[in-house]
Amino acid sequence: MRLEYFQMVDRVASLDGEAIVVESTIPEASPVFEGHFPGYPLMPGVLLVETMAQASGWLLLKLMDFSRMPFLMGVKEAKFRSFVGPSTPVTVHARRIHDGSGYAVTQARIEAAGKRICDAELTLRIMDFPAPELAAAMRSRGKELGLA
Amino acid sequence: MASSFDRIADIIAENSEVPRENILPDSHVINDLGIDSLDFLDIVFAIDKAFGIKVPVEAWTQEVNAGNAPAEQYFVMKNLAARIDELVAAKAG
Repeated sequence: MRLEYFQMVDRVASLDGEAIVVESTIPEASPVFEGHFPGYPLMPGVLLVETMAQASGWLLLKLMDFSRMPFLMGVKEAKFRSFVGPSTPVTVHARRIHDGSGYAVTQARIEAAGKRICDAELTLRIMDFPAPELAAAMRSRGKELGLA
Repeated sequence: MASSFDRIADIIAENSEVPRENILPDSHVINDLGIDSLDFLDIVFAIDKAFGIKVPVEAWTQEVNAGNAPAEQYFVMKNLAARIDELVAAKAG
């Protein structure tokens, strides 16, 4: 993970139909931990949501062959069940539970050492790429992840 | 079983701040009920699940924006219910 660049996914472990599993390691150090929290660094819940959203997003990009872009627009039933701190490897599971017209709904969870850290239901709006640079960047990163 | 109109009206009331009694057959979902795009997606998701269909919102919106169909055809409650019935019937085939 590179928190300052919002790069939350290190690699794709598996892709099976409507589901993806990605792996990442929370960095050992980051300015984020200077504020969250002094003397007790914890991965912020909002960044855990972002991590679940990115796993969902890569899944949807792959399912759409990188033709359109998913944007996070709703988070439901988010539960943060356990603290997670620096240098922790995490596994992120995301599954598309509904393929709507112009949107998709996923269920996602993050685990560390087999223990559930958090979970949520996410709604992502599916739109045409608003900029060619974004389409190229997503496809380029998708290739690095073995998806494109 | 309740009519499609009643089921859709219940879904809208559950997924927005619009009181159920304000949702009438001639209500325009956007203009009269004031449903915003985020709530509307939640409503469409709930309709998709309840009726076992995929409401083609993107195609409808494109038709309206292109001037090929009046918005009322899809977004006035009684017409929306009729479109949902058509989608259910088409799926049943």
